[in-house]
Amino acid sequence: MASTEADHFDRLGAGLRALRVWIDDRFPMTKLIKEHATEYYASKNFNVWYGFGVIATFVLVLQLVTGIFLTMNYKPASADAFASVEYIMRDVNWGWLIRYLHSTGASAFFIVVYLHMFRGLLYGSYKKPRELVWIIGMFIYLCLMAEGFFGYLLPWGNMSYWGAQVIVSLFGTIPVIGNGLSEWIRGDFFISDITLNRFFAFHVIAVPLMLVLLVVVHIMALHEVGSNNPDGIEIKEHKGPDGKPIDGVAFHPYHTSKDLVIVIVFLIAFAAVVFFAPDMGGYFLEHANFEPANVLQTPPEIAPVWYFTPFYAMLRAVPNKLLGVVFMGSAVLLPFFLPWLDRCRVKSIRYRGLVYKVALMVFAVSFIGLGYFGMQKPTATVYVFCRIFTVLYFAFFVLMPFYSRIEKTKPVPTRVTP
Amino acid sequence: MRIAVIACVLGLSVTAAAFAQEGAKLEPANNNIANTGSLQRGAKYFVNYCFGCHSAKYVRYNRLAEDLQITEKQLVDNLMFTGERPFDTMANAMRPEDSVRWFGRPPPDLSLMARARGTDYIYTFLHGFYAAPNRPTGVDNIVLPGTAMPHVLWKLQGVQRAKFVVDAEHGGAQVFDGFESVRAGELSAEEYDNVVRDIVNFLDYIGEPIKMQRQQLGIRVIGFLLVFLLIAYMLKREIWKDVH
Amino acid sequence: MAESTGFTRRHFLTVATLVTGGAGAIGAAVPFVSSFNPSARAQALGGPVKFDISKLEPGAMTKIEWRGKPIYIVHRTEEMLASLGKDTSMLRDPASEASTQPSYATNQHRSLRPAFLVLEGVCTHLGCAPMSRFEVGPADLGPNWPGGFFCPCHGSRFDLAGRVFQGVPAPTNLPVPPYRFINDNTILIGSDTGNS
Repeated sequence: MASTEADHFDRLGAGLRALRVWIDDRFPMTKLIKEHATEYYASKNFNVWYGFGVIATFVLVLQLVTGIFLTMNYKPASADAFASVEYIMRDVNWGWLIRYLHSTGASAFFIVVYLHMFRGLLYGSYKKPRELVWIIGMFIYLCLMAEGFFGYLLPWGNMSYWGAQVIVSLFGTIPVIGNGLSEWIRGDFFISDITLNRFFAFHVIAVPLMLVLLVVVHIMALHEVGSNNPDGIEIKEHKGPDGKPIDGVAFHPYHTSKDLVIVIVFLIAFAAVVFFAPDMGGYFLEHANFEPANVLQTPPEIAPVWYFTPFYAMLRAVPNKLLGVVFMGSAVLLPFFLPWLDRCRVKSIRYRGLVYKVALMVFAVSFIGLGYFGMQKPTATVYVFCRIFTVLYFAFFVLMPFYSRIEKTKPVPTRVTP
Repeated sequence: MRIAVIACVLGLSVTAAAFAQEGAKLEPANNNIANTGSLQRGAKYFVNYCFGCHSAKYVRYNRLAEDLQITEKQLVDNLMFTGERPFDTMANAMRPEDSVRWFGRPPPDLSLMARARGTDYIYTFLHGFYAAPNRPTGVDNIVLPGTAMPHVLWKLQGVQRAKFVVDAEHGGAQVFDGFESVRAGELSAEEYDNVVRDIVNFLDYIGEPIKMQRQQLGIRVIGFLLVFLLIAYMLKREIWKDVH
Repeated sequence: MAESTGFTRRHFLTVATLVTGGAGAIGAAVPFVSSFNPSARAQALGGPVKFDISKLEPGAMTKIEWRGKPIYIVHRTEEMLASLGKDTSMLRDPASEASTQPSYATNQHRSLRPAFLVLEGVCTHLGCAPMSRFEVGPADLGPNWPGGFFCPCHGSRFDLAGRVFQGVPAPTNLPVPPYRFINDNTILIGSDTGNS
C-alpha cells in the first residue's frame, strides 16, 4: 500500500516525540512547560487589570530587541551621540521606526508597570503569601527607574544633559560624602563624555541583566504560591476530585489565548502612538531634547521625564534640599513595606471597607496630581498642590496600619465571582 | 469608584488651562507638509536666504530630491551652489569663528529647529522682526528679544515698527500691541505670509522627513492589528466557551 | 459532524491565529533585518570618487581609495600597451571570462580607453594589495617579465592589464571597478551611468 499523507504526518509526529524524549532525558523541558503553562492553574475570573504583567514582559522584550539594534548605530561619545541619533532617524534603513519603538516603549513600560502595581493595591496581591513577589517587583521598579535615568542621557540632548546634571547633584546633598559621591558617579567634575560612556554601559548591559534576572525570579516566586485574583481568595483551597483548583483554568491555553487578545489591544494603542504621535506632545520625546546639550544654557522649563515627575514634585515641595531628597527616597521605599503596613485580613478591594476605598482613591489622585504638578512651572499655587498631595501620598502608607485595622470588611466568598 | 477617579483626573486636566504658556503669543503656522509645491518653494527660499548662515547638517540633498519629487538636475540647478554632491549633507560654509565674530554666537543648525521650538514659533519669529535703531542689526524680534539674527527677509517684507502700550493691570509693563508698516517691501503682506509659510513648511519637513510615510504605514499596521484582534478574540471565546 | 473530520472550529481558529501572527511577526522582522543594509551614509561614503588624470604622467600609477579599496590608475605608454598583445599563453584568463570587470572592460586592454588602466588593487587570492612592477625583465622576476603587478604575499603575478599569470595562487584577473570619464581630464570611479 502506498504511503499516504497521513503516514507522513504520523512519522513526523513520531519523530518529534522521539526528539522530545531525548531532550527531556537531559533537560526538564516538558516538566517546565507543565509546571508553568499547561498545568499551572490561575483563576478563571481575571479581568483587565491582570493583563499588565504579560504586557510588561512583552515591552521588556521589545526594549531589549530595539535597544540592541539601536546600539548597532549609536555612538556613546559626547561629540557623536546626538548626531548618531539623527543618523539612525534619517540614514539607517527603518532606523526611525526602531528609535520610536524604543522611545515609546520606555514610556509605555512605565504606564504598564504603574497599572500593574496598582492592580496589586486593588486586590491585595502583596499580602501573604505573595510578599516576596511584591518585593521583587519593587526592585524591578527601582531598576526600571535607573534604566530610564541612564537611558535618558544617551541622546545627549539639552534636556538629557541638564536632567542628569540635576539628578546627580541630588547626591551632593548627602552630608559629608555628597560631593565626593557625585564626582564618583559622574567620573568627572561635571556631566561629561566620561559620564555618558559609563551610563551607556549601565543602560545597555548592567541594568538589563538585572532586570531580566529579577523578572525571572519574580515569575518563579509567583508560580511558587500561585496567582491572586480579583476576589482575593486562594483558589488552591478548593480543589476538585482531580486535585486541580475548581476555580482555576490552565494557564495554557486559557490565559495564553486571553493574554494574546490583551497584548493585541495594547499593540493597537502602542502603534497609534508610534506612528501618529511619537512625541506625545513633548511628553515622550521632549522638545528641548531636539537641541544638542548646551553647557551654557539650561532649557527654560526643566523637568524630568513624565514618569519621574511624581517624585520630582515631592522633591520641589520640600523647601530643604536634603529633606526633599529624604522624602523622595522614602516615597519610593515605603511601598516595600506594604505587606506589613496593611493590617486588613481581606485582600481584595471588592470586600474591603469604605475607608480603604477612599484611601486608595485619594492615593491614586495624589500620585497623578503629583505627576501633573511636577511638570508645571513652580508657582505658589503649584507648591500648595504639591505639598497637599505629598502629605496625602505619605498618609496612605503611614496611616495604613491604623485605618486598615478599623475598616469594616464584607464577607469574602469561597468561590470566585465573574 | 473608578468613575470618581476618572472624574478627578478630568478635573485636574481642566486646571491645566490655567497653567498655560507665558511669553510671546505665537501665531499658528498652518503649514501642510503634504503640499509638495510649498516644500519645493520653501527649499528654494531656504537655500537662498537662510543657508548662507544656517546649516542643515542632517539633511541629505538626494533625500530632499526624492521627497520633494524633483529631478537630480533640478536639485543641482536650484538648490546646490557650492560644489557638493547629491549624497552630501547640507553642511554650510560659514565658519563658527566668523559667525561668532559677526553675530556674537553661531547661527544654530536648523535641521531640528521645528521639532525643538515648533512651527508656530518659527512662523511668528519670521513675522516678528521690527525696526530697532539702537541694535547692531537695526532690528529686534518680539519672539526672541535681543536676537543676533538680522532681518534677512526685509526686502520681501519691508520694514515694520512694533507698537507697545503700557499695561496698567500688570504693574505698568510694556505690552506688545501689533505692528505698523513703515516701508513696504517687494511683496504684499499676503505674499510675504506665503513665503514665510513655505519656509516654515520646509523646516517642518526637514525636522522629520519620514513623517508622512510613518503615518501611512501606521494606518496599515493598525488595520492589520484590528484583523488580528478579531481572529484572536474569536479563538479566545472558543477556548473559553465552557468556562463559567 | 465537525469532530469526525478532525477539523473543528477551534482548530481552524488556532491555525488562523498562528498564520496571522506569523505574518505579523515576519512583517515586524523586516525593518530590523533591513536596518542591517548599508545606510544612506554608507552609500554616500561609498559614493563615486573623482580623479584628475591630466597630471598623471605616462608610465605612472596612482592609488586612490574607493569603498575602502585601493584603486590603481595607470597611465599606460604605447610600449606597455604593445606588450599586451604578445604571448598570452602564460595567462590563466586572457579573455577575462572568469574574472570580474564591467562589460566595457572585457577587452584586451581591460579598460574604457587603452591609455588608462583602472583596477581594484585587491589580489584575487587572499586580498593583499599587489605592488606595481612596470620595468621589463628585472633580476628578481626574470627576463620574461613583461611588466605588471606582483603580489608580495604569496607571489601572484598580473600583467599590465591586470590579467593573472598561470602557476600562481590567484585564480582570476584583478577586478576592474565601474568607472567613467566625466571629461578628458577626469575619471569618476564608482559610477558608470552612460557607458555602453
